[in-house]
Order: sequence, then structure tokens, then C-alpha cells
Amino acid sequence: MRILIKLAWRNLFRNHRRTLIMLSAITVGVWAMIFMTAMTQGMVSQMVHDGISVIPGHVQARNPNYGDDPTVNNLLPVPDSGIAGRLEGRGFSSWSTRLSVPAVISSERESRGVTLLGIDPEREADFTFVDLETIDGRYLEGVSDQGVLIGAKLLERLKTRLGNRIVLMSQTPDNDIADRGFRIVGVFNAKVELWEETWVLTGKETLQTMLGVPDQVTEAIVFGDNYRQVDEVADSVGDVFDNSVSVQRWTELDRYLGTMLEVMDGFTLVWVVVIFLALSFGLVNTLVMAVFERVREIGLMLALGMRPSSILGQIVIESMLLLIIGLALGNVLAWLSVSAFPDGIDVSIVAKGMEMMGASSILMLDLRLQDVVLANSVVLILGFLASLSPAWRASRYDPIEAIHKVD
Amino acid sequence: MILTLRLAWRNLWRHARRTWLTIGAMVFSNVLLVFMISFQFSVYDLMINNSLRAFSGHMQVQAPGYIDDGSMRQTVAEIVPLASRLRQDFPDADIAARASGFVLASSEQRSYGIAVYGVEPAFEPSASSIPGLVTDGRFVESGDEVIIGTVLARNLRVSVGDELTMLGSGRDGSFAAAVMTIVGIFDSGIPDLDRSIAEIPLATFQEVFYMRGSGHQIVINAPTIDSASDYRQRIRALLPDDLELHDWTALQPGLKQAITADLSSSFFVYGVLVILVAFSVLNTGLMSVLERTREFGILMALGIAPGRLGRLVLLETALMGAIGILLGALLGGILTAYFGVTGFVVPGMEEMAVRFNLPARLYPGISVVTLFAGPFVVFLVSILATLYPAFRLNRLQPVEAMRAA
Repeated sequence: MRILIKLAWRNLFRNHRRTLIMLSAITVGVWAMIFMTAMTQGMVSQMVHDGISVIPGHVQARNPNYGDDPTVNNLLPVPDSGIAGRLEGRGFSSWSTRLSVPAVISSERESRGVTLLGIDPEREADFTFVDLETIDGRYLEGVSDQGVLIGAKLLERLKTRLGNRIVLMSQTPDNDIADRGFRIVGVFNAKVELWEETWVLTGKETLQTMLGVPDQVTEAIVFGDNYRQVDEVADSVGDVFDNSVSVQRWTELDRYLGTMLEVMDGFTLVWVVVIFLALSFGLVNTLVMAVFERVREIGLMLALGMRPSSILGQIVIESMLLLIIGLALGNVLAWLSVSAFPDGIDVSIVAKGMEMMGASSILMLDLRLQDVVLANSVVLILGFLASLSPAWRASRYDPIEAIHKVD
Repeated sequence: MILTLRLAWRNLWRHARRTWLTIGAMVFSNVLLVFMISFQFSVYDLMINNSLRAFSGHMQVQAPGYIDDGSMRQTVAEIVPLASRLRQDFPDADIAARASGFVLASSEQRSYGIAVYGVEPAFEPSASSIPGLVTDGRFVESGDEVIIGTVLARNLRVSVGDELTMLGSGRDGSFAAAVMTIVGIFDSGIPDLDRSIAEIPLATFQEVFYMRGSGHQIVINAPTIDSASDYRQRIRALLPDDLELHDWTALQPGLKQAITADLSSSFFVYGVLVILVAFSVLNTGLMSVLERTREFGILMALGIAPGRLGRLVLLETALMGAIGILLGALLGGILTAYFGVTGFVVPGMEEMAVRFNLPARLYPGISVVTLFAGPFVVFLVSILATLYPAFRLNRLQPVEAMRAA
């Protein structure tokens, strides 16, 4: 075996140009596989992360009718004060409750349709889509905060300023219009401009009072540890509530996002295989050439008593050595290029387009061990299979004919 | 030349297996390129058409700044006469005036904040697909009539014949209110539109919101999207200077950019495929030159110029590339045509398709460009990759070459 490896190694460098070209091809291919995968995975995991901060939650409990008709008429049939006791101490990484209703916001000059959120600011700070670092003014201070926090884009649309008053109108359960003046106490930035236009935040109790629904909320939000494993969290939340409450995972709450995750996982495999196939032509070609040049030599070895299986092994080992070196270089190159963008790649030139897809304008790269392993194993396994055919042909030569072959 | 061609052709088949493997790499990439590019461009066309036809149109006349602020005060004065003048000058284009505002729409049971549009009942049906998508009832004609989307109707718990109260503010900031009768419900399949839009006659809108004859946008659809930029120039020339004319890339920047983002990531994919083919070709080219060192030495000793030998090697690649283009375009074309008939469904894509105003089943179309663009690039890059082995021949010394092992 050792001698076979030694032979294969030396053979590899007899025609160093060819080997170098093939190595470059494998390196580029492997780099592309891993880098592209890191890019898509980075995009997806960020989209999911961002999406979950807007849904929000890994799991939500709400009134079964709320999905179709997200209004104050479909409140969670459990009083807010009863929820804390049920969710606390169950090992969720964070949870909160909120009242979320459609509303019209008016400044002295403009009106817009928005979604008004009555939140528990301390609890939501763990997962909010609001960029807490860059708030102009202040964040909300508690469930009874009387001010509103609005997005920078909405502020611009309403042509108003921090500290000014705006009027919010929404509907009470009796279909009366409740309206109330609020002071803008903070202006937030979010990753996606649309969010800045969509959401207006105030204290939960303030909104409950305005709508006349004390101690009532529309949703309970629960986060587990990992967005890929939410079944356990969902079961656990399901145990807390009875059948009058619908418990849904984020993949059901935002089907687009859930589908995205599956499609992209599938895409990674397809991409790796496609690149390998493009590579395989060159690989097989190289091996065919290598065998062809050495027909006489192989004939001689066979005549001297080397077993056909050793010839086969020698060629396969040669191919595997080539692949392993290429993989090593490709992996290092991919790792280097991923490290070159520690803060992600800025694609803000197509920010609106990324927004349409639900992604933000900084593409983070996410080099996951499992994707690297996938790429490497696909190349090794398929590479092994691809080299079998030329190696098999080489081992089947008739020694006498082979020795007499002339170029 | 004929001789060189024959030589090149024969040389190729001295190593049939190698030649086929190299062509194989080209064909593999070409088939993928043809299919993916055809697919992509048909999807883009569909996205653009569906999104623009639905509502925003190919271009819009607006007051300066309206596109950014969308403020009620940024109006186009005397909008109806202006629209009819444009209609006279451009009888082939579909032109309709609109005004828009935000209101709180209330039924007996529910209230939602929505965008309300004042539209010209006679012309809106040709400018947007919404009037044609009224599945229940009819489009607005005059007076206090309104149509709303299916999702909004469901959320408001209303149906045709019910009343809808609208509260908002008028152009001058004063309080505006109206009670409208729902005469129709539309189903555009675009969730955003179905959830958040109502349309009323423009005259009624102007009255309710104190518009004094003004409006916010004149939607213009050229006969085809390709002729849009031509129309845009001609219309621009006729408009007063204090009005702006925006094309669809400005009206729907997200659409344009989503396409750009998708294109650039696919170009990365295509680039990698092409580079891998290039390596394959380079390898083959270099091998074929090296193994013929003696042969080339003899030919040079016989007086054939190195340049001619270089051309021979390039010609060999060109022949492989030509076969690659033919087979690639043929197989890729067949594959695309097959899916063009049966339709193509990416598993789990339905949710994503809706987001981009696309049906779940897509039918890729083929054009000369999508059929040959990819293969042609592969061909060019293959030739480029062969330049190195071809130029090496210039350094060949006949005597040494003939003695080479």
C-alpha cells in the first residue's frame, strides 16, 4: 500500500503542468462551492434571524382567528396577567406578550396606515427589530410608557419631528374609533426600511387603556435556543395553553421564510454537485491522459507480476491525492476569503431589492462546518467514483499488447 | 486554410476520448447556462409585467418629490385635462389619472388604515389590471362607489352593497370624511394590493379631499415594455417642466434591484462554471501541444511558421467549441422547450413565487439571446484559454523539439 501511495505521488508530478492546472481547477471549484454556500447560508440565517425578530418569536400563541383577522376583536382568550405565571420557569430563552392592532397615524400634515404595538419594552429588548444603539430620543421605559417610538422613515413620511405630537386612531372591540394623542419620544432605525414604516411602538398598558381592553393581549411570543429546533418549544407552549389558543411555529407564521430555509438547504447540495460535475470532466480527462501516457509502463508492471488491483489502486490513489490537495487549497482559500469580510459584504446598492426578498443590505458570510463537510465529502465520494472508470481500464490492459504499444 | 482545418479536425480525433471529455465539459456548462438563463429572463419578464400591469404602470407623471414623500400636497394641477391631452397625443398608450390618500376605512364591525385611490372609471381599466380582476360586482362608475380587495373585504367583514366609512385628511389638512357604497371586490392575487387598497371615482375623490381639480399621478403604459423608454422621451418633451416623469425602475426600485441582485449572484455561478470549463480546455490544449512537440518540430523544420501552428491549435479548440455550442444549444433548447410546455415547479417555491407576483408554475421561454449567449461566452473563454499553449509554440526550437522524447 505504501509503495502504491509513493508511486501515485511521484506519478502526479511527472507532468507537473497538467497537475497544476487540474489542481487550480479543483481549488477554484471547491472555493466556489464553499464560498457561495457561506454566502447563501449567511443570507438565509440572517433573513431568518431578522424575520423572527419581526414575526416575532420562534413560537407564538394567539387567538385562532387572529391570523386571518389581526384586530383587537381576536384577543388571546387568556388574561395577560395569567400568562407570565405559565411561561416563566420553563426554560425559554425569552418571552413576552404584546397587543398588536392596525391603526392610522396622523401628524399635523400627513396620515399613514401602520401596525400599532403595545409592548413590554424590557422583555422585547431581547429580540426587538429596533436597533437599540441608534435610537434618537429614548427607548420605551415600561409597560405604561405614554410615548410612542416610531421609525425614522415614518417620521420622514409624516413630516414631523422627535418630541412632536401625533394622533393614533384604531378600533375598539365595539367598533368605536379610539383616538389619542401621543408624543414621539424616540425614533428608531431598523435593518429594513419597510419596518420603519410599518411599526409604531408604545407601552402595552397604555394601548390596553386606549382600546379599553385592560389585561388583554393579542399574542404571546416565545423564543427557544435555536431557530432550527422549535418543536420542543412549541410543544412546551402548547402544554401551557388549552385548545382555545393556537400555537404556531415561525415556519407557519411566515411561510415564505420557512420555505426559504428549506429551498436554500436544498440549493446548497445542488450547487455543490453541479460544480463537481463541471470539475469531473477535467478530472476524468486528466486520469485518462495519465493512463494513456503510461500504457507501456503499466504493461511492464503487469508483466513483472503486479496485480491488476494494484494498478487500479495506484490510479485511484493518484486521483484522490489530487483531490485532497485541491480540497485543502480550496478550503484554505474559502476560509481566507470568508475571513476577509468579517463585517459582511455591503450590497446596499440593491438594498430595495434585498428588502423585497426579505434580506438586509449587509450580506453576512456564514461558514458552517456542516456545509464544509458536505462539500468535501461530495468531492471525495464522487471523485472516487469518477476515477474508477479510467483506473479500471488501466488495470484491464493485456500486458503484451501494452508493452508493444508505440506512441 | 482548408488544409489547416482538415489537419485540426483529424488531430481532434487522435484522442477521441479526451476530445469528447473536453466537449462534454463544454456541453454540460452550456446546457445549464441555456436553461438557467432562459428561465431567469422569462421569470424577470413575468415579474416586471405582473407587477407593473397590476398597478404602477410603465411610467407615471407626478409632482416633484411625490415619489419620495407621497404627500397629499404634492399635486399635479388640472390632472384630468392633462391626461386627456396626453391621450390625444399618444393614442396607442394607455393613460389614466389618479389621486391617492390614506384613510381609516370602517365597516360596521371593523376599521383598517388603507390607501384610497381616485381613478378615472373610463380609463383605469386599460391602465391597470385591477378593474378587470373585480370578481364580485363591478368596477366603479361614478358617485359614492368604491371597490376594495378580497383580503380587505374579508377583514372588514363586508360584501358588495355594504357601506364603508372613510376618515382622513384632505389636501389642505382639513378633516375629510365620506360614506361610500361597495360596488365591487377585486382579487389581484398580490396580497399587498388585496389587503390595503380601495378605488373610488376620481371626481368623488377630488370633492371629498378638497383637491380642486388636481391629482397625484398619471399612469402611462406604452404598448410594450420595450417601447416604454421611447415613449418616455416623447412624453417628457411635451410635459411642463414642473412635472416629473418616472419610469418603472424609479416607481418600483425594489423590483429592479431584486433582479439586479439575483443577476449578480447568478453571474457568480455562471462565472465559476465557465472558469472550470476554461481549465478543462487549457489542460487539453496544453497536453495536445506537449505530446506533439516532435511533430511540431518536424513541421517547423519543414518551414511551417510557428504562427500557423498556433492557429492550428486554436482552430482545434474552436472546432471543439463549435461542437459544444451546437450540442449545448440543442440539448439546452430541448430541455428548456420541454419545461416551456410542461411548466417548471421548484419544490417549495410557491410561497416565494407569490412574493414576487409570480405563478407557482413557470414556463421558461427561449430566445436567440438566451439560447446562444451562454454557449458563446464559453466558446470565447475556451479560445482565450488556448492562447497560452498556442503561443508557447513560438518559443519552440525545431532542433530541440525534434529530439524531445
